[in-house]
Amino acid sequence: MNSIILRTAIRFLMPLLILFSLFLLVRGHNQSGGGFAGGLVAAAAFALYSLSYNANEARRVLKISPAVLITSGLLVAVSSGLIGLLAGQPFLTGLWTYITIPGFGALEVGTPVLFDIGVYLLVFGITITLVFSLEEGA
Amino acid sequence: MSQSGFLLIAPLLVPILTAIAGLFGLAILERDLPASRRLQRLIATVGASVLLVAVLALFLQVRVNGIQVVQVGSWPMPFGITLVADLFSAIMLVVSGLIGFAVHLYALASINKEREAIGYYPLYFVLLLGVNGAFLTGDMFNLYVWFEVMLMSSFVLMALGTDKGQTIGSIKYVTLNLISSAIFLSALGLLYGLIGTLNMADMAVKFGEVRADPEATGLINAVAAMFLIAFGIKAAVFPLFFWLPDSYYAPPPAVSAVFAGLLTKVGVYALIRVFTLIFPLGSGPFQTILLWVAGLTMLTGVLGAVAQNEVRRILSFHIISQIGYMIMGLALFTPLAISGAVFYIFHHVVVKTNLFLVAGAMERAGKSGDLYKIGSLYKRMPLLAVLFLIPALSLAGLPPLSGFFAKLSLLQGGFAVDQFWLVGVALFVSFLTLFSMTKIWNLGFWKPDPAEEVEGQPEPVSIKTRWAAWYLPMILLALVTLAIGFGAGQFFPIAVDAGQQLIDPSGYIEAVFRSAE
Repeated sequence: MNSIILRTAIRFLMPLLILFSLFLLVRGHNQSGGGFAGGLVAAAAFALYSLSYNANEARRVLKISPAVLITSGLLVAVSSGLIGLLAGQPFLTGLWTYITIPGFGALEVGTPVLFDIGVYLLVFGITITLVFSLEEGA
Repeated sequence: MSQSGFLLIAPLLVPILTAIAGLFGLAILERDLPASRRLQRLIATVGASVLLVAVLALFLQVRVNGIQVVQVGSWPMPFGITLVADLFSAIMLVVSGLIGFAVHLYALASINKEREAIGYYPLYFVLLLGVNGAFLTGDMFNLYVWFEVMLMSSFVLMALGTDKGQTIGSIKYVTLNLISSAIFLSALGLLYGLIGTLNMADMAVKFGEVRADPEATGLINAVAAMFLIAFGIKAAVFPLFFWLPDSYYAPPPAVSAVFAGLLTKVGVYALIRVFTLIFPLGSGPFQTILLWVAGLTMLTGVLGAVAQNEVRRILSFHIISQIGYMIMGLALFTPLAISGAVFYIFHHVVVKTNLFLVAGAMERAGKSGDLYKIGSLYKRMPLLAVLFLIPALSLAGLPPLSGFFAKLSLLQGGFAVDQFWLVGVALFVSFLTLFSMTKIWNLGFWKPDPAEEVEGQPEPVSIKTRWAAWYLPMILLALVTLAIGFGAGQFFPIAVDAGQQLIDPSGYIEAVFRSAE
């Protein structure tokens, strides 16, 4: 697609969409959102980019190969389960800890966050693989 | 609840970590294919060996300490997902680890570079993950998920490559399996509406209460029938088997060997689990239905095989007839018969996988799978002939090989409850199986090669390192067949214990409930 409006708009939309996807990822803990939705929004940013330019250009901007995203997503998700196992609990048991950040307060961090990040990367990677393949096949 | 259940989760963790490591190799070395191939092969070999050790360890644990249960994520049942390994599950896991290892060795020698580059090894481990998950889970919905994992990976394994026959086979396979999944899912919905739980042990308890209500009988029977159809398609029983011969014949030998060995048996496992734990046979119409299904499955499978001339097609039809024997063990529903079915499954998976491996080697040596186009393999490859003969005679049930004891216990079980017709059918089918195996032997190994008459004497196939890699897994599986045949006195008691646990599921239920406290 060769549209100057889309090309101009995407430059402003990309950072917003990626920020929004991270927001969704973090928010997903206690409210609606999460890794899956976040990953889809992040993929949407790159899908838009590849629509307004082309898949090769989008790959160049992404810098990491989608395959690496997929596998690291899987690895992060599995390791969130492994942490519970190493702590002597059943696989995937959620473990939580508090990190105090000066000037911010206590932050609750746990293995489910890691799992969500894994899902985020996996969904992101798979969706853009699909979009890129469709673009290149056309 | 302090146990981490490390051994229970290992049969799932090892394949998924192997698959991830393989995918990493694939993703990082995208541009350097030879290096990527070497890395893939190394990772997969390590993974397959570790998996074999892990399932053996779990088996010993279950054998010594009884049924093992873990609540994944520490969420207590019936809310969380429970993994349960009773003796039957543990036996199935051992066989899956063994086949996973043997077929992997075979794949190292026989899978072509294109498939390796697309990601054959990671997919293979995802398949094993699905199979192991199905054997371990104690949750009905989770079973559905594992079935889907298995279906997706097996579909890709089957469809990789652009052969026309392969595409036809895989489309049939995936369509039928999707229908089966849809029926399975609807049955799960109905079941959940009826008793409000998805945990198998919890279901067994709640069903005991619901069954007293005469108004619920119709619905219970409908749900049970839906499970029977859903798993029946997966297990390829009569009259739902028609997808199997085309699909199992098409892919490369290593892939079809693991399909032939493991995939339908997951369906049989699910049937046995559901109809011993949740809907115990003995009440309702299902015992009669299953007895008929068993007899007809045996008969149609073996008759279908008689009409075929290609090695792997003959063997595919024999899978169907052998499934009939396993269903027979379930349908008779006596401790001896169920133990016989468990023993039969173990024996059958080892033997059938081995036969598919041999068939792959025959096709390679003779450059065709058609029995009328190959011949004199005995002269050219005597070792292959011996390696064919062991599983083939065991399949037909000749003493003292493993198939004899498997069939003997089923026949005794049949006599004990006066199912003379079914016993008669089983004996007749055995006889026809022997006939089929003789046919492969005569035409493939003894008959002069048709090419000989044109080109003169063919050279004997030399055993180089490459062939040694082909032979190794066949020898391994043949040794297992011999071991469980000659050592039936040691191995059959394990099957008897597994059968006891199946026919009286109170131990299973108690173990699951106790672990949630």
